[in-house]
Amino acid sequence: MSAETGIGASVLRKEDARFITGKGQYTDDISVFGQTHCVFVRSPHARAKINGINTDAAMAMDGVIRVFTGDELVEDGIGDLPCGWVVNSKDGTPMVSPPHPPIATSVVNYVGEPYAFVVAETLQAARDGAEAVEADFEILEAVVDTATASSSAQIHENAPNNQAYDWELGDREATDAAFAKADHVTTLDITNNRLIPNAIEPRAALGSYDAASSTYTLYTTSQNPHVERVVLALFVNVAPEANLRVISPDVGGGFGSKIFVYAEETAVIWASAKVGRPIKWRADRTESFLSDAHGRDHVTKAELALSSEGEMLGLRVKTIANMGAYLSTFSSSVPTYLYGTLMAGQYKTPAIYVETQAVFTNTAPVDAYRGAGRPEATYVVERIVETAARELNMDPVELRRKNFIPPDAFPYQTPVALEYDTGNYAASMGKALELADSDGYAARKAASETNGKLRGRGYSCYIEACGIAPSQLVISLGAGVGLFESAEVRVDVSGSVTVMTGSHSHGQGHETTFAQLVSDRLGIPFESVNVIHGDTGRSDYGLGTYGSRSIAVGGSAIDRALDKIIAKGKKIAAHMFETTEDQVEFAEGQFSYAGSNEPKPFAEIAGAAYIPAVYPLDELEPGLSEKAFYDPKNFTYPAGSYVCEVEIDPSTGVTEIEKFVAVDDFGNVINPMIVEGQVHGGLAQGIGQALLEHGIYDGDGNLSTGSYMDYAMPRATDLPDFEVDMTSTPCTHNPLGVKGCGEAGAIGSPAAVMNAITDALGVKDVPMPATPHTVWETIQQGA
Amino acid sequence: MYTFNFRRASNLDEAQQIHQSSSDAVYVAGGMTLIPSLKLRLANPDDVVDLSQIDGLGSISSADGVVSIGAMARHCEVAATSDIPALAALANRIGDAQVRNRGTIGGSLANNDPAADYPAAVLGLGAIVHTNARAIAGDDFFVDLFETALDEGEIITRVDFPIPRRAAYAKFANQASKYAVVGVMVAETDAGIRVGVTGAAACAFRLTSFEEALSTNMSASALDGVEVDSSDFNSDLHASAAYRGSLVTVMAKQAVDQLTT
Ligand SMILES: Cc1cc2nc3c(=O)[nH]c(=O)nc-3n(C[C@H](O)[C@H](O)[C@H](O)COP(=O)(O)OP(=O)(O)OC[C@H]3O[C@@H](n4cnc5c(N)ncnc54)[C@H](O)[C@@H]3O)c2cc1C
Repeated sequence: MSAETGIGASVLRKEDARFITGKGQYTDDISVFGQTHCVFVRSPHARAKINGINTDAAMAMDGVIRVFTGDELVEDGIGDLPCGWVVNSKDGTPMVSPPHPPIATSVVNYVGEPYAFVVAETLQAARDGAEAVEADFEILEAVVDTATASSSAQIHENAPNNQAYDWELGDREATDAAFAKADHVTTLDITNNRLIPNAIEPRAALGSYDAASSTYTLYTTSQNPHVERVVLALFVNVAPEANLRVISPDVGGGFGSKIFVYAEETAVIWASAKVGRPIKWRADRTESFLSDAHGRDHVTKAELALSSEGEMLGLRVKTIANMGAYLSTFSSSVPTYLYGTLMAGQYKTPAIYVETQAVFTNTAPVDAYRGAGRPEATYVVERIVETAARELNMDPVELRRKNFIPPDAFPYQTPVALEYDTGNYAASMGKALELADSDGYAARKAASETNGKLRGRGYSCYIEACGIAPSQLVISLGAGVGLFESAEVRVDVSGSVTVMTGSHSHGQGHETTFAQLVSDRLGIPFESVNVIHGDTGRSDYGLGTYGSRSIAVGGSAIDRALDKIIAKGKKIAAHMFETTEDQVEFAEGQFSYAGSNEPKPFAEIAGAAYIPAVYPLDELEPGLSEKAFYDPKNFTYPAGSYVCEVEIDPSTGVTEIEKFVAVDDFGNVINPMIVEGQVHGGLAQGIGQALLEHGIYDGDGNLSTGSYMDYAMPRATDLPDFEVDMTSTPCTHNPLGVKGCGEAGAIGSPAAVMNAITDALGVKDVPMPATPHTVWETIQQGA
Repeated sequence: MYTFNFRRASNLDEAQQIHQSSSDAVYVAGGMTLIPSLKLRLANPDDVVDLSQIDGLGSISSADGVVSIGAMARHCEVAATSDIPALAALANRIGDAQVRNRGTIGGSLANNDPAADYPAAVLGLGAIVHTNARAIAGDDFFVDLFETALDEGEIITRVDFPIPRRAAYAKFANQASKYAVVGVMVAETDAGIRVGVTGAAACAFRLTSFEEALSTNMSASALDGVEVDSSDFNSDLHASAAYRGSLVTVMAKQAVDQLTT
């Protein structure tokens, strides 16, 4: 197709016109007749027994329609919020999933957990009502700290030692044997700081029950409306599946935090039938901080066994993962199947053993956040590899090169379950070193020294598994859902196309990327392709967007549906050419036949499909509309090499990122501009994790960083001018050869930054975030 | 936000009168501090008295070696003045552009946030705070955490800054809020060397040990070995008292370096 809009072209994003002119339609922009407002009453305590809730005063207030407590939901048969992935412990027992009522009934387990909600005529009245709800709390000792949670007061009756599971992966004996013959063992104790997602659009929900048809419509900020619908219908029992429609309109960022099924949308859709009127809720920023699922929060001990020549022989990793108060929707899979499986990194390490103990604390639930497990894995592998190189007095680049899985070793089976299909790690590394002006480093370091500054350099060669995921594999590992994707391609009479996808765009630019794919394959103008997503009433069951899966899985599904469209088009064309379909070729938007010098453009065939004059209708149905469900054969494995150079002012502890180079291999790329944008955003979040962001609870379980006064988000001025480039080894098992790019930046960057900072300071570790205060204190301790 | 009466005063007397006759009134200037606290329902006044329409309250003028800045002057307007570059530079680093377009010097001083920038300038430059009732020497204005010498209902009308021979302000900004973790104004004035410090303690203060050291030798090295007693300094998530103590010296040196080059 046209070089300006086809695959590989940096087409400007279609959706931006509405976003940047304020014409996006977000959940809170939607209002329906008779709408009421809702405010949740949230626990001020991290852990307390609820001895009673008095709603009388609230009910008596002007404008208040109803006040609901958790008991009413239970009485009505509303179930717990489930965790959809059962992870087994080492001994084969399934994880402990404590009861998680959407609205707390007898106990509250984190600050911000809702225990009642008020429905009122106005938001103001709902707020006043919420303040008037009285609860009799018996405050209990809170458990906050990840490392000591298992030896602290027991939070849930069914979870001794506050343990959800104690999971393992890999061959323990083989790993022990590797350590026994090692010349050198590097150990590293590190933490992965808790992050709070902070999508620019807060979560919101508008629940509307139509008594005439007994149907429920839920507008909500979800990355996966079909999953939301299935969970609410089948597990939470809000409504029969057939009577529930979930619509995710424009969504302003998710980063994982909008995958999950939360208390608030459950409450508003359920209560809309009780009240008989639509109910709207939108989080204020404080609520977002308190109640969006948080990310990361690991404490890890890692050990790497090496030969004296720097050959990596074995890796042992023991992690405590803080799950927060309850198991959120997909939380259990994050520090296990999305984490332990990545411990081979880009290396041939023959023996790996990973243990993850998941613990409960009285903090907000922790679940997938951009990268989900893979940033944590990369942080472990890339920090310890760099540390090992320093201990062995080897160039960290050389150590990595020595251990890279070579290009001719693919497909490569790692010792931690995954089979990498393709890659060329040395190629990305080579390009990154060039861009980083490695040769000039010594001079830059000397110049910094002259100015009283400390310069350091760090690398990070990440790999991730995305394009989530082969259904039967994940179901065998405990997932409660298949992870295929759906697509429907509807051709209009004039040859324009509407695509229904189960993927959901909340900033990724699918309306553009998917349109490029369709226009390229059908040879039709980019402008005549519309992409529709985010509505269970319009598209087939699909799994949504997370885990960098949209192009690899959703895009492949579209591609499969396009195959069917072209196949049917050939049949129609064959009749028009009066030949057989195997004689018809399709290329560049034209159906052609060697026996005719008048090729038929796609639009003409579309017209013929709907004005079925030329073909026998008992052989060929009219119309041109096809569906496909694509189930991936394997994960995809984007990988890359990142180089970070920092300069630290020892007097203030301020770290400046002087250079950041990212060379990624995403396989084939549909829209390089969008991909680069995704990398930039990911880097900002990864650098934010390394330098700025930290979700901190005090000893009583109060969120100390509950606003932008205390939680530092990365700003443009905190970030360098990124140098971003790509290499490409196309994915071997999906039709597009694509891998996925949404999380890479956030996965690869923290280790690069922290390797650079520890290099500059000459220390083994600095905890993230490396704030000026932390860096200054590290320097003081050394002095 | 709770409901309140919005009262717009057209002159100082009316403003004060509304304030006096209300059981619980608060002035609003730029609203950059007040409105967030109303939105979070941390304050519940009956009457909010708007000062923005009072004639002359926002004017900036310069005469006889004194820059006179009206209480309602916005941070962005002060940032655009030229008679005291250090003061303009300070105003230009307050918060972000939106905050600078709304926030006022009067509101900032009346609020006396320990991390606000202007207090360092008032002390460092030896300013005089004028109210509808009196003139208060800058040195006497800041009393404690969020506490000033203002009486209940007293209105700041303007702040007079004597133009220094030279001055510079160095700020170490909080990464999240951009308020001052520590800010230091160093000035050589007709009345001698003055050093105003904000961010470090419960409220801004003058650091006389630095003033003395710089009086004999206006160079960064003059501050080497001059102890900063940080025992009463603020300690929070973002900075320990010891770190703030160290930053006071580092920022003071940066200010001195700026003003001597
Ligand atoms: C995101 C953000 C970042 C910020 N960063 C900084 C920063 O880096 N440095 C900094 O110094 N400040 C910062 N601020 C505060 C900002 O400078 C405010 O403008 C200032 O604190 C208050 O000024 P205001 O005009 O908005 O006052 P208002 O919010 O209107 O009022 C504040 C208080 O002062 C009283 N008041 C107002 N005017 C008068 C008067 N003339 N006489 C008597 N009382 C009066 C009011 O009654 C109220 O109690 C920041 C604020 C925000 C929101």
